[in-house]
Amino acid sequence: MGTYIVRRVLYGVLILLGVNLATFFLFFTVNTPDDMARMNIGGKRVTQELIERWKDERGYDKPLYWNDKEQGADKLTDTIFWERSVSLFTLNFGRADSESAGDIGHEVATRMWVSIQLALPIFLLQVIASTAFALLLVMFRHTKLDLWGVVMCVLMLSISSLFYIIVGQFLFSRVLRLVPISGYAGGLDAVRFLILPVILSALARLGAEARLYRAMFLEEIGKDYVRTARAKGLSETVVMFRHVLRNALIPIITSAGGYLPYVFLGSLVFESFFGIPGLGAYAIEAISKQDFAIVRTMVFVGSLLAIVSYILIDIAYTWADPRVRLA
Amino acid sequence: MPKFVLLWTDVAVWLLIAALVAYALVVRRQPNLAATWRKVFADAAALASSVVLAVCLLLTLADSVHFRNLLPPAAGAPAGSAAYDARVQSLLDVVLRPLVQSRESTYSRPLAYVGFTKESQTIDGKVQRVAPRLKHGGAHLDDPATEWLGDVLRRVATGLVGGMAAGAALFALLIAALPRRADEGWRDMAGMVWHGETAVPWRVAGFTIMAVAALGGVGAALMGAYHPFGTDVTGNDVLYQTLKSIRTAFVIGTLATLATLPFAVVLGIMAGYLKGWVDEAIQYVYTVLSSIPNILLIAACVLMVQVFLDKHPELFETSVERADVKLFLLCAVLGLTGWAGLCRLLRAETLKLRELEYVQAANAFGVSRGRIMVRHIFPNVAHLMLIVTVLEFSALILYEAVLSYVGVGVDPSMNSFGGMINFARNEMSRDPVVWWPFAAAFTFMVTLVLAANLFADGVRDAFDPRARAFRPRISRRKPKPEVEPEAAAHA
Repeated sequence: MGTYIVRRVLYGVLILLGVNLATFFLFFTVNTPDDMARMNIGGKRVTQELIERWKDERGYDKPLYWNDKEQGADKLTDTIFWERSVSLFTLNFGRADSESAGDIGHEVATRMWVSIQLALPIFLLQVIASTAFALLLVMFRHTKLDLWGVVMCVLMLSISSLFYIIVGQFLFSRVLRLVPISGYAGGLDAVRFLILPVILSALARLGAEARLYRAMFLEEIGKDYVRTARAKGLSETVVMFRHVLRNALIPIITSAGGYLPYVFLGSLVFESFFGIPGLGAYAIEAISKQDFAIVRTMVFVGSLLAIVSYILIDIAYTWADPRVRLA
Repeated sequence: MPKFVLLWTDVAVWLLIAALVAYALVVRRQPNLAATWRKVFADAAALASSVVLAVCLLLTLADSVHFRNLLPPAAGAPAGSAAYDARVQSLLDVVLRPLVQSRESTYSRPLAYVGFTKESQTIDGKVQRVAPRLKHGGAHLDDPATEWLGDVLRRVATGLVGGMAAGAALFALLIAALPRRADEGWRDMAGMVWHGETAVPWRVAGFTIMAVAALGGVGAALMGAYHPFGTDVTGNDVLYQTLKSIRTAFVIGTLATLATLPFAVVLGIMAGYLKGWVDEAIQYVYTVLSSIPNILLIAACVLMVQVFLDKHPELFETSVERADVKLFLLCAVLGLTGWAGLCRLLRAETLKLRELEYVQAANAFGVSRGRIMVRHIFPNVAHLMLIVTVLEFSALILYEAVLSYVGVGVDPSMNSFGGMINFARNEMSRDPVVWWPFAAAFTFMVTLVLAANLFADGVRDAFDPRARAFRPRISRRKPKPEVEPEAAAHA
């Protein structure tokens, strides 16, 4: 187990290096530091002097990948790529491209907790609700309930999550006035602001997830051990909860685990729609302001979290299925 | 003679049609493939949704023929020189001309004859706040208060009857064109269709055609005289926008999935068949790709595309061309970032296939590795490709809306569902509520996505026998195991 985790972590670092190279190439080759400076200083007052100063302040005044002027190893290390990569890997994100935005690391650290407050309940509610709904359909298979349940799932997964948000906000905040439309407050007050996005987010994915889980349950139900359990005279409830649910957990973990990176990153759209100051909203703001330093950081943070969560999924497998031995 | 403009996505759409026709010819020649496709259409939901999709495809095609009108020669212009309109129009714009031309000044409710916002007007010497009459909506009425309801109902009825008649005629033609045995007459066939005795449920197709035609008829009857879905903030007809949005959705749904195929298929099969370091390298690349949160990766790529387009404004003659290139590049970005899932699937399938006897036999006969991959592996994973492509179609249409919200979707000047929803967000918080653009976008988008989903389910069930077992069905008997017991092979 220990060696497996070490190996996975090392591979994760390798992947992260790849991510870093890819994003650096994407951001700096298409859009050179000079262009960035020109865009951020903006308008008519662009002079070569200002560009140089802007680049100097942010450490962009070096060659991209290879520095010919230096000696020895400095040829590689005295470049933007090297410095950016090292600072990313030490989680020192530097300052944003635009003047008004401050230190990225500070923002990430404070916003992360807000994101987790929103995303963790979403994740749990979604898995529980989808599993429960799928189990219900499977218990009533070959009846009208199952048929109409699946029809409802297909209908629900055909509706864009944006529709859920707009209708939900309109209905619960504007007509019924149960919760505030958007915003965020610390402490216990947060519940009032978070409850609607949590419910809507779980609802928006219920159709797709429940249908998928239903197929997973049905696949398990066809297997021999279920027949054996029934033949032993176990009640249908015991068969479903003790045998089928337990065995269907593996595909469910895989499916739900794919969503895990967004738990940390926050559900981008939901955060931004409900004005919750988490990482997702930060990323969307940066995209609309075209602040590449923030977007680059968020890509890196997002990938880091994705890799961490994939390792967590693999560990969860051993818990769900003792047959899986990680070696 | 107008000057035809061939946009990038137009080319892609027409190439796609050519590819579809070629595929249909292949299917006709291969009995087993034809039988599977017949199974797809034997599913009533899939058949009905394919009719809806066909209508959308027709709209897309009509909207993919672009041209610029010839302007009347300016005074003093040398003879022989031609000046063209800066606006690029499509065939669909010509068909919907009444909708395009009946532009109001701002919001108006569906079927309204007065504006949504009140204006100060001087009536009988006093200044009053009244809702002004619309320039086009209900402009033909002399006394709208009394005539309006009757006029709308008359038009709706005419549209319904006309549309259904047209639909029935079309369906009759379809039945007449159906292949039938020599001893069966036209009447026998019609009887069988009516009683639902045909293998493919043509009756369902007939109902769908009639329903779509009836709705189309109502729209056509109201077009020009009213705004069936009202107008938006700048007074443009909402129905026109939704119809135009269909092309955007269709183009994204098809082109973006097609763009994933080359990477996914070539790399997936290579990784699975060649194994070794090739496999390792390919796995590394797609793990890197899928570790980056998708939406951020797309956002990053689209931002870069945006930077590129901003730096090279000289490449495009008109704004439509620019928006179109952006759409095309968005599809390319979606393809470039989205191939990891299918690639993983194909790799796993190829790993299984390469151990099968026929591949081993081909190997023993000395068939080269490239040839085995092309001739033996590829045809046997093609069904997976097809299933994933149709399943992705609807997902991408939904994705477009989210991307447009984030600000990395299609160009704001291009009609799209995402753009409409984006506007709707503010409109829904107005008082009184401006709900109709939202309702229109919702109706059309859900219809399109639902049809795509149902069709995709039909395709998957036909091509993947395992999926068919999970179809809900009602049985009077006691439930029995649906799935053939499979070797429980968890690693």
